[in-house]
Amino acid sequence: MQTIVFFIFAFIAVAAAINMLVQKHPIHSALSLIVVMAMLSIFYVMLYAEFLAVVQVIVYAGAIMVLFVFVIMLLNPREESHRTRQNRFLLVAGVPLGLCLMAEIVILLRRAPLGENETGRQLVGTTEAVGRVLFTDYLLPFEFISVLILIAILGAVVLTKREL
Amino acid sequence: MVTTTEYLILAAALFTIGVIGVLTRRNIIIIFMSIELILNAVNINLVAFSNYWQQFTGQIYALFVITVAAAEAAVGLGIIIALFRNKETVNADEIDLLKW
Repeated sequence: MQTIVFFIFAFIAVAAAINMLVQKHPIHSALSLIVVMAMLSIFYVMLYAEFLAVVQVIVYAGAIMVLFVFVIMLLNPREESHRTRQNRFLLVAGVPLGLCLMAEIVILLRRAPLGENETGRQLVGTTEAVGRVLFTDYLLPFEFISVLILIAILGAVVLTKREL
Repeated sequence: MVTTTEYLILAAALFTIGVIGVLTRRNIIIIFMSIELILNAVNINLVAFSNYWQQFTGQIYALFVITVAAAEAAVGLGIIIALFRNKETVNADEIDLLKW
């Protein structure tokens, strides 16, 4: 049952990711990427990472992709009307190289297969459990990441000023 | 049964699609979305290994990656808006200020 669910959603995720690349207009790519994010959230649930699954939907689909869609609508870029010669060269060179990278990773992973998990118990990443680890063992990185967010806010405000 | 290897292969596939996107597309917004896809593929790896070793470290790390991705999206989209205001284009080939 879990296997069937996994392969169905893995297929949807990969198909949506490929669709993101082949779409001409950025808004269609953004919508495909939202589908990928939703599928990843399902995978997190299957890996017992409940908190991350919720965070994935709220932060990625809810915040980051909305930001993307806002910017796409703000800029309203035209469809890429003509593919230049250089563009075709990129396609001819980039896709086979990417597939080579994929093949290498898959061969390496097939050579050292990993099972389900080592121990018999099952760790569930609930909000309580993740929060407990986050605010005890990883408190310092957590504080640093909040500073990073603050800097990003300031950077975004400065960059979008009119007289840049 | 779905093993960790399947998740890793799925992550590799999404990662590769993201890399191909960065290499072949010339629209900077789509290149940016491909980078987000790469970060997400890495997150699958982290969560899969978190499940494999039965430790929360991977999930915490994935949480930090999501945070960094959010910060990166805010700053990156700000840069894209500033670029568009100055050069009136989102084509990466036409943005060649640092080329000589």
